[in-house]
Amino acid sequence: MESFFARHKNATILAVVLTAQILGLATQIKRPTESGPVRLIRQWAVALVTPFGRGFVYSEHWVRHAWRDYIYLRGVHHENVELREQIERMRLEQIRMEQDAAQARRIQALLQFKEQYISQTVAAQVIGSSGSETSHLIYIDRGSNEGVEPNMAVITPEGIIGKVLRVYPSTSQVLEITDQTSGVGATLVKSRLQGILKGQPAGNPNLAYIMADESVVPGEDVITSGGDRIFPKGLPIGKVASVSPGRDLFLNVRVTPSANLSRLEEVLVITKITEKEADTKGLGPIRAADILAQRLPSVPDKPAGATPNSATGGAPQTPSSTGAGAPAASTPGAAAAPKPAVNAKPSAPVPGSASGKPVTAGTAASKPAASPTNGAAAKPKATQTQPAKPTVENPKPATSGEDTP
Amino acid sequence: MNTSYTSREQVEVYRFSWGVAVGVPLLVLFLQGFIPVRVSALRILDLPLVVTIFFAISRRNPITGLGTGCLIGLVQDALTQHPIGVNGIAKTVVGFLASSLGVKIDVEQPGSRFLLIYFFYLLHQLIYFGIMRGLANEPLIWRWGHQLLGALLDSLIGVVLFILLDRFKQRV
Repeated sequence: MESFFARHKNATILAVVLTAQILGLATQIKRPTESGPVRLIRQWAVALVTPFGRGFVYSEHWVRHAWRDYIYLRGVHHENVELREQIERMRLEQIRMEQDAAQARRIQALLQFKEQYISQTVAAQVIGSSGSETSHLIYIDRGSNEGVEPNMAVITPEGIIGKVLRVYPSTSQVLEITDQTSGVGATLVKSRLQGILKGQPAGNPNLAYIMADESVVPGEDVITSGGDRIFPKGLPIGKVASVSPGRDLFLNVRVTPSANLSRLEEVLVITKITEKEADTKGLGPIRAADILAQRLPSVPDKPAGATPNSATGGAPQTPSSTGAGAPAASTPGAAAAPKPAVNAKPSAPVPGSASGKPVTAGTAASKPAASPTNGAAAKPKATQTQPAKPTVENPKPATSGEDTP
Repeated sequence: MNTSYTSREQVEVYRFSWGVAVGVPLLVLFLQGFIPVRVSALRILDLPLVVTIFFAISRRNPITGLGTGCLIGLVQDALTQHPIGVNGIAKTVVGFLASSLGVKIDVEQPGSRFLLIYFFYLLHQLIYFGIMRGLANEPLIWRWGHQLLGALLDSLIGVVLFILLDRFKQRV
């Protein structure tokens, strides 16, 4: 017996090592929860490998930061000017959206609709991956020390990335949405069809459980449905890349992720989601008659020029303050105190103004209703504290920044 | 003593310093995880497999070979969400066979190294897929074109890596 082992020493050791690994593998597959030794091995492996990634990423950032911020400054001034212009454009856009949001909040309040808000995030650097074709995992440099927990959503501004799978003190594993063990509740934006986004062994993820008789068009946006209780509702996932008949009465809907998963550097971990009803404080009361009044056609205002010294006390009637496109430059006595926009009737629907009360500064309706293409509503309204400038002198009121929201 | 060209004494056996024996596998495991973050398509490479083969054929000791393969494979498994042992088993077998084969054939020429890595890549993938589908019940799809391409790229990279790693060899 002894001579047999001595003669076949190598083969015996191989058999022992393989048997031990197969037994260990079978035990792990049998048990759904991770046992202590397995978790320990994973923790050691992560502790061995991730410091290299962390060091490399931090050094790379330091070098890139030094180069970009101190050495390579060509074109910075030009870029600065462009960015400032972009900010001005976005301010206008923001104002318009604030009004839409205010209206949405009122309707949500009427319906007692609860919405999820991302209230806290942690920014993290991607420092590595599993390195396997069959496992779409990434490692981030934030862990339990920073408040990261399993099943937290990981996103970028472009779209969702995945969810936190395992957490270590200063590192976390993130399962990408392209992994075949991943599943995300998803909604098609136009058709409002709901399905589950599942990763595939090869290629883009598939939106499962869409019935074959439904109409899905390539290019349609896909967002999170919130049904998985991990990702808040409405985050972008991607676009439908292709649609083909699948198995068992379902369509095979391939989705191209919005986020560039093949080259990730920085991500956000959503550490806190709050669920609350729409807050309508400061938006003014709303009645059924108010909503009705918005929808009914209204009598156009008289031109401001027809009543030069009316109730406004000779205030300058800029197009925005009249709201109906009245010629402001023709109004005499322009330098007097601005009036509250009592007669204002913006071209875009403004909920607050429909309540029948004077629209005062600070409410949603006191702001320009739309982008400059919306004509009169583009000009910020005069407030009690800050007189409006005549339109002729300041043809770009929206870019003056005086009514910064 | 006169030696024939087929005798064991004709085959040179190498050893490595502790720094190289531990540092190179760790570095390669880091690169295997880090490179796909920047270039996703390079997930197809298996650099730890290349290093397993290199150490196995250089040391020419089957027990050391299977031990190296086992350890590298287990760490690689621990970095994924899959059960630990799939890569471990595949690389144990590869380490054992590579060191056994290293005694019998010339492994110093780039051509033979290329063929060796090509063959072991495919063998490794077959074992890996077999375990994943048979034991772990994972629905993986075997694509011949993809696997052959992976073997080709891994072999090309492997030949270059072998030349670099040859510098750390110490003759016994």
